[in-house]
Amino acid sequence: MSGLRVAHLYPEHLNIYADRGNIAVLEHRCRWRDIPFEVVGVGVGDVLPDADLYYIGGGQDRDQLLVAGDIARHAAPLAEQVAAGSAVLAVCGGYQLLGHYYRGYQGDEMRGIGLVDLVTEAGSTRMIGNIVLECSLDGGAPRRLVGFENHAGRTMLGEGVEPLGRVISGNGNNGRDGGEGVRVGSVVGTYVHGPLLPKNAWLADWLIVRARRGGDEPLAPLDDRLEDEAQRVAARIAAR
Amino acid sequence: MARAVASLSRASGRGGGTTLPGRMLLAVQPDAIGRLATGLRQGSAVISATNGKTTTAKMAAAILSPPLHLTRNTAGANLASGIASALVRDHDADLGVFEVDEAALEGVVAGLKPRLVVLGNLFRDQLDRYGELELIAARWRAMCDRLPEGAGLVSNADDPLVASIGRERARHTWFGLDDPAAALPQMQHASDSKWCVRCGARYAYRSVYLGHLGDWACPSCGDARPALDVAARDIAPEGLEAVRFRLCTPQGDAAVRLPLPGVYNVYNALSAAALALRVGAGLEQVRNGLERFSAAFGRFERVQLGAVDAVLLLVKNPAGANEVIRTLAGDGAAKTLLVALNDRIADGRDVSWIWDVDFELLAAQADRVVCTGTRAAEMGMRLKYADVPEQGIEVEPDMAAAIDRVSAAPSGTAYLLATYTAMLDLRGLLEQRRLVRPYWEEAA
Repeated sequence: MSGLRVAHLYPEHLNIYADRGNIAVLEHRCRWRDIPFEVVGVGVGDVLPDADLYYIGGGQDRDQLLVAGDIARHAAPLAEQVAAGSAVLAVCGGYQLLGHYYRGYQGDEMRGIGLVDLVTEAGSTRMIGNIVLECSLDGGAPRRLVGFENHAGRTMLGEGVEPLGRVISGNGNNGRDGGEGVRVGSVVGTYVHGPLLPKNAWLADWLIVRARRGGDEPLAPLDDRLEDEAQRVAARIAAR
Repeated sequence: MARAVASLSRASGRGGGTTLPGRMLLAVQPDAIGRLATGLRQGSAVISATNGKTTTAKMAAAILSPPLHLTRNTAGANLASGIASALVRDHDADLGVFEVDEAALEGVVAGLKPRLVVLGNLFRDQLDRYGELELIAARWRAMCDRLPEGAGLVSNADDPLVASIGRERARHTWFGLDDPAAALPQMQHASDSKWCVRCGARYAYRSVYLGHLGDWACPSCGDARPALDVAARDIAPEGLEAVRFRLCTPQGDAAVRLPLPGVYNVYNALSAAALALRVGAGLEQVRNGLERFSAAFGRFERVQLGAVDAVLLLVKNPAGANEVIRTLAGDGAAKTLLVALNDRIADGRDVSWIWDVDFELLAAQADRVVCTGTRAAEMGMRLKYADVPEQGIEVEPDMAAAIDRVSAAPSGTAYLLATYTAMLDLRGLLEQRRLVRPYWEEAA
């Protein structure tokens, strides 16, 4: 059985919203199904390794700036990996870095890797709070996604680029167009943390399937009662 | 008028009048803090930190009072309103000793004009409320720039971010740990401030004691930990009961047995000791005060729950929670836990921080964990991914029912970990059962 090899980009710099929780969920949900799991950290100056899933988290402004200066090297190799079927999950700052640029409130500009057609511009206020989305990936039944958002950036998707989901409560990409995050093939970007995957186990499993090029081969079901209950409570709190 | 409001608020049984009188007073007289503070004969000292400010303030009080008559704000009432309320209650004291919220420090210092400011540590905490660490540090720098020449500073030298504030000031007392044997084998994953404040290079540590606190230096620009004026050496834990250390000060050394566990409490003790020495206490007085210290609200407070010995532990952020867990796990014994996770504003509405807490350390020891609070199921799920056996995880959002589950055991010890408002809820229920005193009676 093929395993899951995750490359965790800049774990030392981009880890502000408990990003390691996302990695822990991928690891456990593989392990519980006897799928071999491996994670490698990729730091500043390191070569981009081959991997099934690339994970990029969020960081404080200073750390994100430092990473932006390094990640440009990976633009072409990462695009090749994605073309070959690897998946990407990018959260918060990592999500912004997937696009063309991030423009700060003072007009300073930070280049992204342009993997996805999107741009981000900082607003004068932060959008902070619980958030609930409805996602329909691959034409499947709508799934609920819950978490927390905390960002000053307003992200605009390019023409024809689809968001990850539709905002049920919260702000999303820019607080205006009702979209949150981005999904292009096996590339997912989002502002939703909390962290993202524990309360949205279905998305973790979707990523595991896509990253392993598993096609429609279903994963063995797991007992997700705690995950489902945590999601239900989060959605209820967000609706208040 | 404000005093009347305090009595009313207490009489109504809805809190101890810890902030309402101050809020009303400040609404009418924004300069009230500064005006009332002129009645304090020896001025005031303020303490700010992400972790430990309540315990530090209580330790400083244990050292200084008696002989001094102190005015203090109640545990947690650490915004301007809480300090104003304390001054309304008692502005005819010798000295004010106030714990102040990190984000409120700049404003409080401007109004209060304290003779001494104590800066304890900066850890990531409630990003939805405080924003990034750098923002708090910038406010502290601004506070420091406006501090009158005569005012003193006491700072944690082991925290590189704190040590970047007011470095050039005279009358600056630096405290820290100096005991390589007490160091961690490696830096913890949740560490903040790993990168040099001046040049951005990665700090090198001779010793890491807690999170990013330690004997640090920058290999690139040469910045390094300031020389210690007040230090702890020869640190020897005594289980969950106490910790012994040698307190080294400009007045000489003293062997101290602090009746609280954990390296983080050694930091709190150093901070309180440095404060007390700066306002005129003698070394023997410092030692006695620390040795007779009893735990602050929810900090290793002991309660009898039926036949169960319960220990209350406040956890607010990854750094603090990790120290509590490291201390708990130290004895390697099987344990019953209750973890109460709330997501109200004072707890931080964003609960992602629990994933930066090393609950994994307790996986092999947690026989039974009752999860409660507004995010009970989320806590249970976190423990599941920390490899706590699922059959040992119980989710009971109702806190009274959760307490009943723990107290029903025939014997043993239970550790009750709770976030800030969850601790208030928990203590409220224990007060109803007459097991603890109301928190507002504590500071008085």
